Amino acid sequence: MATDIFRRPARPSIWRNPALRGIVFQVLFVAAVVALGAFLVHNTIVNLRRQNIASGFGFLDREAAFGIGESLIAYSPADTYARAFLVGLLNTLYVAALGIVLATILGALMGILRLSGNWLIRKLSQIYVETFRNVPLLLQLFFWWALLRQSAPAPRQAWQPLPDVFVSNRGIAFAVPIPDPAYGWMGLAFLLGIVISIGIFRWARQSQARTGQQFPTGWVGLGLILGLPLVVFLANGAPLALDRPELKGFNFVGGHAVSPEFAALLLGLVIYTGAFTAEIVRAGILAVSWGQTEAAMALGLKAGRRMRLIVLPQALRVIVPPMTSQYLSLTKNSSLAVAIGYPDLVSIANTTINQTGQAVEGIAMIMAVYLTISLIISALMNIYNRAVALVER
Amino acid sequence: MTDVTQELPVALEPPPPATAGPVGWLRANLFSSALNGVLTVLAVAFLAVTIPPLIRWGFIDAVWTAPNSRACRGAGACWAFIHEKLRFIFFGTFPYEEQWRPLLVIVIFIAMIMASCDRRLWGRRLALVWCGGLASVGILMWGGVLGLSYVGGESWGGLPLTLILSTVGMAFAFPLAILLALGRRSRLPAVRMICVAYIELIRGVPLITVLFMASVMLPLFLPTGVTIDKLLRAQAALILFAAAYLAEIVRGGLQAIPKGQIEAADALGLGYWQRTRLIVLPQALAMVIPPLVNTFIGTFKDTTLVLIIGLFDFLGAIIASLNDANWRGTSVEAYVFAAAIFFCFCFFMSRYSQMLEREFNKGRGR
Repeated sequence: MATDIFRRPARPSIWRNPALRGIVFQVLFVAAVVALGAFLVHNTIVNLRRQNIASGFGFLDREAAFGIGESLIAYSPADTYARAFLVGLLNTLYVAALGIVLATILGALMGILRLSGNWLIRKLSQIYVETFRNVPLLLQLFFWWALLRQSAPAPRQAWQPLPDVFVSNRGIAFAVPIPDPAYGWMGLAFLLGIVISIGIFRWARQSQARTGQQFPTGWVGLGLILGLPLVVFLANGAPLALDRPELKGFNFVGGHAVSPEFAALLLGLVIYTGAFTAEIVRAGILAVSWGQTEAAMALGLKAGRRMRLIVLPQALRVIVPPMTSQYLSLTKNSSLAVAIGYPDLVSIANTTINQTGQAVEGIAMIMAVYLTISLIISALMNIYNRAVALVER
Repeated sequence: MTDVTQELPVALEPPPPATAGPVGWLRANLFSSALNGVLTVLAVAFLAVTIPPLIRWGFIDAVWTAPNSRACRGAGACWAFIHEKLRFIFFGTFPYEEQWRPLLVIVIFIAMIMASCDRRLWGRRLALVWCGGLASVGILMWGGVLGLSYVGGESWGGLPLTLILSTVGMAFAFPLAILLALGRRSRLPAVRMICVAYIELIRGVPLITVLFMASVMLPLFLPTGVTIDKLLRAQAALILFAAAYLAEIVRGGLQAIPKGQIEAADALGLGYWQRTRLIVLPQALAMVIPPLVNTFIGTFKDTTLVLIIGLFDFLGAIIASLNDANWRGTSVEAYVFAAAIFFCFCFFMSRYSQMLEREFNKGRGR
């Protein structure tokens, strides 16, 4: 009995070997997943054959034969399904890009206002955040759409919140400048201003490192970027002819018009995402401890420099990752356009599925597009995140 | 005797500005600087322009009872519409005589949510209460037993449907999410890759495509002759969608468990499942309760999307009730009412999650 403890322990049975168990488990798991997939694919093929639905992407070359309300490129019902998809894709990208920019501006503003020392401003922005965060986006879209489509007056009695801006149940019409050759040169001057400013910024940093003398880069840069186009504008005789919307018959002619659907979608997305963004910005700024600001004050930095050099770089580290997911969800939420009739990708794919019956291909295309967009946004934000992330030794 | 003040070498300082009382509060909170003063004036002007018309529209000029929308075409809101359609909005097309059943369902849900908020009740018993509650919800909605008449899923609607889809969705998504999160953290590459692919695929596409898939593609996936009704398909889509998001939250909790805990469990000779069940999950899940509540709010709001595939959830019932020709042009009132109801639920839950977060952070100490 006492000798038992000196005996070599029996080799554990082969089933106790973790490596082998791992391999067996993985093989079983993959086999189960593949079997499930094969079962579904088999059923789908059988069902499609039984219902006489064609498969494959051949339908993309056929005539779409449905109209699209608004499009960034030329489109007519005689065009192919492929072109209709392209129209939808561009509409989605357009509303998402515009939404991301506007939601960032609104969210940053509201986030900063929520930290204001002013009680009234603080409470107002809190009410904004709490109200719009806690109501489903789809309901908000319906609300804005109803407000713009049904409650807005007919073009004859259009609301006019600003000069040359008309809100009616046909959409929002506003004045745009008539294209002039000077505008091209102004754009060029604007770019030139940016390039020169970057040069000055580099030079100012080097000269500050050498001599300790500061140079007002910000003001000079701003002057160049805004001033150069202004000079070109004035040199060309200030061509500011506006294409104004005018009431002709039952609708506005001229200017630029935005459909109620687009306006409702953009408004809903921006206000909803802005509320979430405001909370992210607020949390990011609060995450920078007050000691950092005090230390900056002790070094004699002024409020603007304190924000730009000390607080913002640290706050961005906290802000950027959740901001990425907000941008992604805004892009995905733009698919709710289908509910209010804005012709985005999902809405056009839905029409295509109803016409051709090729649901598998249609949904696969939508999914592929959104996955690609998601990956691109994630990649861009990851690059930016790496730029602002903490560099540790 | 001369005046004392004249003998002082310097002029008297004025008294310091008040820092207490209403004046002090105003000075500190509204007029602390020139910019703040301007902002205050602007905010007051904004309120003065927007609030009185809203109050006039919503209350003073509002019409509370009217036979149809033409009778209440005034300057104010037509709340008569809500008054008229209240039962349809809340219960959808559920048989009129039997609408006490969905009402009871709403009461049960609110009671269960309230009970779950009390941390003293958390535990096995609460889980049993939820099982019992969901079972009685099923009996009340479907009927067919205990002398209740049978009501098919196609006539369910309104608030009970929203509550059922979101709670049942979360209840089933949660175990799936735990498995996905464990799979993503697994050391077996095949399991890990499949879980990552699933999570990223679902998180990369909008909910609406998953719902479309459930409503259009799921019938194709099934063997010929097998059909599932629309309600269950939507429920399945919500479960699959929520599981991917929940899995990422659970993974966050798993990653926060110190390695020592796992090594200690290994040293005690616990196997993978014992270790996970007894050591890892209890700690990981407790840590992620506040974000879980936030996901629940998101799922609750996302449930409204089922109306796009033709189910009458709370918002869907409201939109359906707007189709009545007698009540044209009352959509803004209807949406404001719906928003108020959704706000009550979501605001309460988000406040609760913020409170939990504060309590959970107390221990970490600052």
